[in-house]
Order: sequence, then structure tokens, then C-alpha cells
Amino acid sequence: MGLSGTAAIVGMAEWKPERRPPGHRGLSIEQWGALAKAALADAGIDPREVDGICTGGIRESASFVPSTVAEYLGMAVNFAEFVDLGGATAAGMVWRAAAAIELGIANVVLCVTPSSPGPTAPGQVPVVNLGYGASSDRFGSPQAEFDIPYGNVAQNCGYALIAQRYAHTYGYDPLALAKIAVDQRTNACATPDAIFYGQPITAEDVLNSPMIADPIHLLEIVMPVAGGAAVVVASADVARRAKHRPVWVSGFGEHVAFKTPTYAEDLMQTPIGPASDQAFAMAGIARREVDMISVYDCYTITVLMTLEDAGFCAKGEGARFIRSHDLTYRGDFPTNTHGGQLSFGQAGLAGGMSHVLDGARQIMRRAPAQVADCNTAFVSGNGGIMSEQVALILRGE
Amino acid sequence: MPDRPLPIPTPTSQPYWDALRQHRLVLQYSPSTGQWVYYPRNLAPGTLADDLEWREVTGTGVVYTFTIADRPTAPAWQGASPQLIAVVELDEGPKMTTELVGVAPDAIRIGMRVRAVFDDVTGSEVTLLRFRPTSGASR
Repeated sequence: MGLSGTAAIVGMAEWKPERRPPGHRGLSIEQWGALAKAALADAGIDPREVDGICTGGIRESASFVPSTVAEYLGMAVNFAEFVDLGGATAAGMVWRAAAAIELGIANVVLCVTPSSPGPTAPGQVPVVNLGYGASSDRFGSPQAEFDIPYGNVAQNCGYALIAQRYAHTYGYDPLALAKIAVDQRTNACATPDAIFYGQPITAEDVLNSPMIADPIHLLEIVMPVAGGAAVVVASADVARRAKHRPVWVSGFGEHVAFKTPTYAEDLMQTPIGPASDQAFAMAGIARREVDMISVYDCYTITVLMTLEDAGFCAKGEGARFIRSHDLTYRGDFPTNTHGGQLSFGQAGLAGGMSHVLDGARQIMRRAPAQVADCNTAFVSGNGGIMSEQVALILRGE
Repeated sequence: MPDRPLPIPTPTSQPYWDALRQHRLVLQYSPSTGQWVYYPRNLAPGTLADDLEWREVTGTGVVYTFTIADRPTAPAWQGASPQLIAVVELDEGPKMTTELVGVAPDAIRIGMRVRAVFDDVTGSEVTLLRFRPTSGASR
């Protein structure tokens, strides 16, 4: 079942995260093109070889997104995918691209997440941000009717509801959660592009930062930034003549269970569990064979529960695992070596892509915070409120 | 500050909101699966059985999880801090998003028994369903 690992990430592009929305990177479709061009140049592949695209939402069009992008780029494609999995979109794009390539319907697939603000039309009234984030307030949406009226809206609240239940079920070790943020900040301090480069923190800093939604502190929450990222996924033939060490997509899993945590069958079993089991089985490797992980870290609790549910430690043992391992790039369990979104910055859908790039860069041996002899990476994507998750196994050989 | 968003009933959910307005709680029940259903749907989740029927329930349950939001969860809740947002698991099984009332934030515990409070929203036709502790810990 699944992939045989004959499609590879061969090139990438990533804009340095910027704190203030600059608006200088143009429309979404223009950003799409610029990132695609840069990723293809990185791989050494002629744009005319592209025959597949994976895209998320763009500002310029609510529907018909793949055809809008293909037309704008002047690329007729055999594979045109619109992926709508929030923070799992990027990882979801990569396995879809690999699957299309293994099916033989595409050779070179662009997976692009432009995530910088663009220009607005002259005289256009700015859209008021109601702060609903990932929650839909449209008529008939279950969230609009049964969740938002009680203030359960956007992300902080949902993740706090999960963290409280975790604390009740397994106990809560605030210092272990803080250590995730601290170790990742160490990684960011070795990554010049990271938004918090040059700003180390301590566990005390994390625990003394404002409580936003109990038990989650400010420094346990991602920093939203502007940015953008892209990867090129290609067939083995193309990969072998590309510039870098191919990063083979050896296994994946995807599990979508609910939208709002209230309605989860069991809030303590996150979708990354079944997704990871499938990914490891497909790749035919054990957890201990992984050299680094880059796991979606919108909040520290997401990292802790991913460590457990993806099978790197037993359920309820996450805090002990974190305390007994060094999660930095020089440590015995390198995690989010680019700093994670907590310290690299979360640029919309490109935040999820930053984990794909983190894993791929390590295997290509191009990471600023390089893990020695890195051949196998585990990457996760997470959308909504731990409601839609994707696991990838990336390998160097 | 934007107005607090209120629910807009759909044809399917109208009986639920109508009952709340009368200070009664009704849930859907699927006889073929023996399953209580929340939120209201047109078909039973999982089996898609077309046999959902409305039944009145007592509105008691336990706190499944909660958070004390010290910062407004969205701009509409400015001035409402702290928000005591909770998931309550009804005795019939379904879980609901709600807010806790009549309890000090530091007295909230997961597993605490709670009962329904029918909260008529001033200036609207809507009644929201909040919960308060059944005994102890309340004030």
C-alpha cells in the first residue's frame, strides 16, 4: 500500500519572515509565481517541465484556484490540486504531489504557499478583522451557530481546551512545555532567517509571559508573520539530475476527524496517531530510525501531543520525554531545527511548509542549524484545532 | 467593538432554539443507533440514518474541559474577560460548547457536575445555553 518512495523534493524557496506586513511582494498569484521561479531555480529545473501544481487559497479568487494559477503562470498541467487543510495544507500538498508522480501523471509538481499581504484596490474599504481565525461565521456553519456565540472562536481557546483536558488526564508539567519553546528558540538562534534570531529565552521567560488562555502562555503561541514558501516535487529521473540531494517522500498519512474539538470522539487521541502509523508502515521504518522531526508547533501542547500520538514516546509520557531529551539541533532528539513556527514565525500556510522545508533542508544538508548525518526526517502538518493532520516520512536514500 | 455574534437558526435547528427559548433542552436521538446527537443535523452522524427525532433531556452533565480566557477570544468579547469557556458532556453523551456561570474561575474543575442555565439574550429572540455547578463550588 502507498508510495514506493520514488518521488522527491528537489528544490525549495522560502522568504525570510517579516513582522510587519510589507505589501511589497504583490498579489497572491504574483507571489505564487515568484516562489515557484525561485524553487525551480534552486532545483535547476526549467519551468517548462512543470506539469502539476498544488495550491491553497489565493486572495484573488475564491474558487477555480488551480486554473487561475495555471493560467497566470502560463503552465498547462495534468495535475491541479486545491488543498484546504489549514496548517496541514503544505504536508498534504507534498504527498499528493508524490502520489501523482508515482501514478505517472506528472513529473514536476509545484507546491506553493504564498503568505504575504498584497496590495488592495484603490478606495477599497479595508476588511474588518473580526478575529474568527479558522472559525467559519457563515450562516449554517455549525461553528457560527453552536460555538462562536459562546466565545469559542479562533485558535487559542480551542488549544487551551485541549491542554486543560490533557492536564486533567495525564498531569501537566509547565516546565516541560516551556522547554519546547526554549529549545526551539536555541535552534532559531542558529537560523539567521528566524524572526527571533538572536533572542534566546529561558523557561522562566516562557512561564512569566502573559497567560492568554489558561494554561497557555504568550510565548507558547506562534508569532504570525508575513512570508511564503515553495517546494518542487519531482520524479526519480528529474531528481537525479537536479542540483541537490533528493529528499524522497517515503511515507505519508492523513487523518481528518472533526473541525471543533468539542465534537472530537476522544480529544486526547489526535489525528496524527493514525496518520503517523500509516506513514511509518508505508516507509517501512521504525520511529528510532528518524534523525530529526519537524512537527507543527502552533502551540507547545501540539508538539507534546504529537510526540506521544506519533509514537515517539508513550501516551502521557511526553513531558518526561521532553525533559530527558535535548530537542536542539545539537541534541539527541532534534526537533524543529529552524526554530519551529514558535520561533521562526508562522507565515500563514507557509508556516506549515516551513516544517517540510526544515526536514528537506536537513536531508539536503543545507540547514543553518544542521543535524549531523541526517538521512531521515518526520514532518507533521496540523490544521484547525488538531482536527486535520498529516504525517510525512522524508528520506535521503 | 463589534456586536457579539448570535446564532441564526436553520430550518433543521429551529426546534432546538425554539425549545431553549421556552427554557427546555431538546436533543436529537437516533433510535436505530441508540445515539444522542448534538449539534442538530438532518441525518444521524456515522450511519446517516434518516431517523432523528427530538427528545427533551434534563440538561445535566459534567465539565469535560474548560479554559479561562484572560484575553478576549475575539474583539467582540472585549470587556468580557475572563471568559469561562467550557465543553460540557451531557449525561446523555453529547458534548456541547458553552460558558460556565455562577462559579469562581479558580473553582472550576473538570468532572464537576453542572446543570443548564437558560440565558435569554437581551434585545434578541435568542436564548443561549450556559451551565452552572449543581452544588458546592458555586457562588
